[in-house]
Amino acid sequence: MDFYLGLIQIIGVHTLLGLSAYCVLLTGQVSLAQAGFFAIGAYVAGMLTVLLHWPLVLALIVSAILGGAMACAVGFPALRVKGLMLVVATAAFGEAVRLFFFNFTYQVQSGAILLGPHGGEGFRQIRYFPEHGWGTLDVVLFIWTIVVLVMAMLWWMDRSRVGAVLRAVGEDELAAQSTGINITAVKVSAMTIGGIIAGIGGGIFAHYTTHIEHIQFGIVLATFAIAYPILGGLSNVFGTLLAVIFIQGLLIEGLRFLGDWRNLLFGGLIVLAMNIRPRGLLDAGVLMTLKRLVSRNGERKGA
Amino acid sequence: MGNAKVLELHGLTKHFGGVRAVDGVDLTVASGEILGLIGPNGSGKSTIVNLICGLFPLTAGRVLFGGADISELPPHTRVALGITRTFQNIRLFGQLTVWQNLWVAQNSGEQRKQNFLPRWLGGSKGARAEIDRMLEFFDLGHKRDELAGNLAFGEQRRLEFARALAARPALLLLDEPAAGMNAEEIEQLDSRIRKMRQNGVTVLLIEHHMELVMSVADRIAVLNFGQKIAEGTASAVQSNPVVRDAYLGTTTGA
Ligand SMILES: Nc1ncnc2c1ncn2[C@@H]1O[C@H](COP(=O)(O)OP(=O)(O)O)[C@@H](O)[C@H]1O
Ligand SMILES: [Mg+2]
Repeated sequence: MDFYLGLIQIIGVHTLLGLSAYCVLLTGQVSLAQAGFFAIGAYVAGMLTVLLHWPLVLALIVSAILGGAMACAVGFPALRVKGLMLVVATAAFGEAVRLFFFNFTYQVQSGAILLGPHGGEGFRQIRYFPEHGWGTLDVVLFIWTIVVLVMAMLWWMDRSRVGAVLRAVGEDELAAQSTGINITAVKVSAMTIGGIIAGIGGGIFAHYTTHIEHIQFGIVLATFAIAYPILGGLSNVFGTLLAVIFIQGLLIEGLRFLGDWRNLLFGGLIVLAMNIRPRGLLDAGVLMTLKRLVSRNGERKGA
Repeated sequence: MGNAKVLELHGLTKHFGGVRAVDGVDLTVASGEILGLIGPNGSGKSTIVNLICGLFPLTAGRVLFGGADISELPPHTRVALGITRTFQNIRLFGQLTVWQNLWVAQNSGEQRKQNFLPRWLGGSKGARAEIDRMLEFFDLGHKRDELAGNLAFGEQRRLEFARALAARPALLLLDEPAAGMNAEEIEQLDSRIRKMRQNGVTVLLIEHHMELVMSVADRIAVLNFGQKIAEGTASAVQSNPVVRDAYLGTTTGA
């Protein structure tokens, strides 16, 4: 049972990570910086609850704000470059964040032990949940409440004009500019929203694993983040959720017996998906067909 | 009459490396006028449209809109001021619906101010009604929920025209709107351009289809190798030997 609850937690947090990349990908930008914002959220939230004894929700709000502010700051220079150069620039940012935490030590004596991040050894004893008597089920509920809230907000955004504008920029920047859209503002905003979501995700991650270290926030995590929306498609937020369940649930956990060969499978899957379904598994065409089928069935029942 | 100039190009110049795509063009479009801009392929017509929209920096010269210098303004600001365009090669948002293509294009200064909040929700009643009227005008009402990418060619051309009008432009730049259209579609286009003018829109019409240009344009300017070689009424331009040379590549003129 605990195994499944643990898996559900992982899926929740990775959904947040994937959704943060989803926002940015809507505007056509492939960002490998999301793991960096996630790391910032994790360390900041952890330090606030462990060292300053803040309530978790407040700490997560600060993570969100810092993640968003950092994404906004990175967005302006990074979005001047496009395509492959943007991938390289954002990956470099992610690595810089990771190396920062590799070298970052800030420990405080608490009784017999030292608490706080300790460079390469990481940040241990983020024991907010056990100390406050949260059981695994409570944690699962907490995580998924946030995931559902974020998904609901993005779902609403997708249906509003914002969603259409983000997609217009993603599809054709030149046409978007020529129809009066300020593409820099749109891209930086998307990056900022992505940073906010990644910050929250990282903050939660730190607390359910209780132990974080720099190596968890490397290029592999950044690749996962962008792989979810690529695989799930950009039609709506459920594509990303499905992709996380598929990759984390089936590929990573279900095929554990394959060991590290899973990574190869993962890479192959992404390449395959991008080739046969460049707009994701659930693209606009598929949804349109589904909608038509549903409404046709509805009519038949009505008649 | 001083204010009646909507668009003025002064010494407009754009070089791409060694290519003098546009080379010192002076051009004025008066309010409510339909100015035809013609010239052989590669003579710099599309580049002029791109420069007026601000898609790339000028090599030299100035663009005035309503008397104000807009040469340094970014593209979206020019749309907010009232300049919109269509593309020679249609550039719709193919993954958005027909309706959404017009929705995202409601970017005039007035629209931005009025509908700030509703814009981020479902769109204000006025904005929605405006889109619906536009779809009717372009005979696209029955396609409103189709993906733009799934439309037939003629419908795509109409939608792009509609999208250019969504921001209530004062100046509309049409880059070969009749390309690939059949006779009936061209006739409809002709009447829609006239209707636009009745509504007070000034039009710069780039077109290869001579019948259309001769029919709707008040005045015609001719480009060759990035330079303006003639300007005047349809008949004056048609009988101009320099123009005939440029098109026919012969020296039979005079
Ligand atoms: N973005 C660009 N980069 C380089 N050269 C260009 C670019 N746009 C246009 N040109 C060149 O400028 C010249 C004029 O092109 P264009 O304005 O498209 O002509 P027209 O629309 O009259 O057919 C051509 O020689 C073309 O190759
Ligand atoms: Mg052209």
